[in-house]
Amino acid sequence: MVNTTQPTADLSPAPTVKKIQDERLREVSLVTRIMRRPELGALAGLILVAIFFASTADPSMFTLAGIMNILSPAAQLGILAIAAALLMIGGEFDLSIGSMVAFTGLVFGAFITLSGWSLLLAIAATLVVAAVLGGLNGQLVIRTRLPSFIVTLAFLFILRGLSLVGLKWATGGSTQMRGIGDQAGEGIIRELFSGVAFEGAFSWLAANDIIAKFPNGTPTVTGVPVSIVWFVGFALLATWVLLRTRAGNWIFAAGGDPNAARNSGVPVDRVKTALFMLTAAAAALVAILTVLDAGSTDARRGFQKEFEAIIAAVIGGCLLTGGYGSAIGAFFGAIIFGMVSIGLTYTRFDSDWFQVFLGAMLLLAVLFNNFIRRKVTGER
Amino acid sequence: MENQVPLIEIRNLVKHFGSVIALSGVSLSVHRGEVMCLLGDNGAGKSTLIKTLAGVHKPTSGDFLVEGRPVSFTSPRDALDAGIATVYQDLAMIPLMSVTRNFFMGREPVKGIWPFRRVDFDHCDEVTREEMHKIGIDVRDPHQAVGTLSGGERQCVAIARAVYFGAKVLILDEPTSALGVAQTSMVLKYIHQVRQKGLGVIFITHNVRHAYAVGDRFTVLNRGKTLGTYAKSEIAIDELQNLMAGGKELQAVSAELGGMV
Repeated sequence: MVNTTQPTADLSPAPTVKKIQDERLREVSLVTRIMRRPELGALAGLILVAIFFASTADPSMFTLAGIMNILSPAAQLGILAIAAALLMIGGEFDLSIGSMVAFTGLVFGAFITLSGWSLLLAIAATLVVAAVLGGLNGQLVIRTRLPSFIVTLAFLFILRGLSLVGLKWATGGSTQMRGIGDQAGEGIIRELFSGVAFEGAFSWLAANDIIAKFPNGTPTVTGVPVSIVWFVGFALLATWVLLRTRAGNWIFAAGGDPNAARNSGVPVDRVKTALFMLTAAAAALVAILTVLDAGSTDARRGFQKEFEAIIAAVIGGCLLTGGYGSAIGAFFGAIIFGMVSIGLTYTRFDSDWFQVFLGAMLLLAVLFNNFIRRKVTGER
Repeated sequence: MENQVPLIEIRNLVKHFGSVIALSGVSLSVHRGEVMCLLGDNGAGKSTLIKTLAGVHKPTSGDFLVEGRPVSFTSPRDALDAGIATVYQDLAMIPLMSVTRNFFMGREPVKGIWPFRRVDFDHCDEVTREEMHKIGIDVRDPHQAVGTLSGGERQCVAIARAVYFGAKVLILDEPTSALGVAQTSMVLKYIHQVRQKGLGVIFITHNVRHAYAVGDRFTVLNRGKTLGTYAKSEIAIDELQNLMAGGKELQAVSAELGGMV
């Protein structure tokens, strides 16, 4: 009754170039396309904050040394914030990342000082421990169907407590573990996780009078702290994964609507578990970087970093409901953080204004994000 | 009929949930190039039947044949692989994601070697634009969020996605129930196009008018049982309505209101 091979006339393939005007549809303007980018708010915020400090702060804030000062705390927070952003886009929270920094710092320190493992082995083992804990978080959330907020809140306390107990046990009563830096030894692995990078380039720049130098010829800034290199690298990688890969599409789908994603064949539970593992591993990376930098670890490491990371992610355009956001936005969000926390010391303002600023920024970001979401989805 | 072997045939399908008998002997078949309408009031067992066909539930007893071969699905993925695609009324699309990303969700084509393997978005955009053009919404930008599409357009994109990925049988779960008149006709027109491509369609609805507009055959489901299957030539729209309404009381009410319920 029906010819199955021949498509009907109205199914014939589209002419390659065709322009039909729908009177109800405006051209997609450049402005609209920019407005659709979730990181817009964070970039705008960064520019505003930079203008503010450029006009009020001591000019030394925007020298090369000043910028490194701003970026160092931004990098540590940023690595956490980017992972938190991916997790939030995937529709979950992790409130345990701050405690995870302290706990993995202890684990790393214990591997170095107590078991005498090589640095490479200790780093790998620490990342594995973190990934297992993250996986546990994820499996608990998925299997119990409890909100990740509650499950990871429990781990916020469990891991913080374990860090205290473990530190006292390992050090014989102290909440600080020293001597990790000396035990870790030197070498190529050490240089990947502590100190500064691009020293050669900076020496060359100083020799050619492009950047400031001391009278003896050494540059005032000897290189880029490795944590900043990790931060930038992680931001680029996360952005590429999110926007260009299959995993990225699955992260958006898992957070946007887990049921619809499952019906389309997206392995939602696997995606979420992997994201929890990534977040925990990012916390471990921050722990390794800071412990090797300071040479010691203590129980207060990463205190309240979970909130700062989530705030940076929200400033970066992540919706609290998941399914929308960007890694590069969290990158800008973390830099805003660094700029304000360090920048206030360059001004005549009391640096305790930082917290006020933080709260206000968060509120503005959430309002702005909601507005943008309505624009994007055409909600009325 | 040129197609002897039905794409899907079920005989005396029974499904129990504990002590609840959701389906007690349902039989139906779908052929190539045919729209089979499944009609039934709320609680008739339509959802259970769809979910059984889609691989979500396993039937308690009865035969389930795809192209003549008995099958036993353990997951929705199995059903998809067998060419049975289900388009759910509200769970089809993610509003915050672009049309392209929704279209290829879960089946993204990739290019490049592993560490650099990425989704071929140029190809995706092209295919999406082309498929949207076939539906008649080609002026839209494939990067715009699905949330900006109308309900009818969303249903059409969801159907187009299933067709593009090689579905042989489409199960449409009340695709028109939440739509306005113009959008309903858009979806019905598209169902007609899909039939002409040679796919089998199971169109679930409780709106007899929508069913009669595109249906070739009608199966009426009531209290977990099939009341019968009728070709369009065998039954008039009023009879179909009465059959679906079931009890005499409802028929009386229907008559009182001019037969338009």
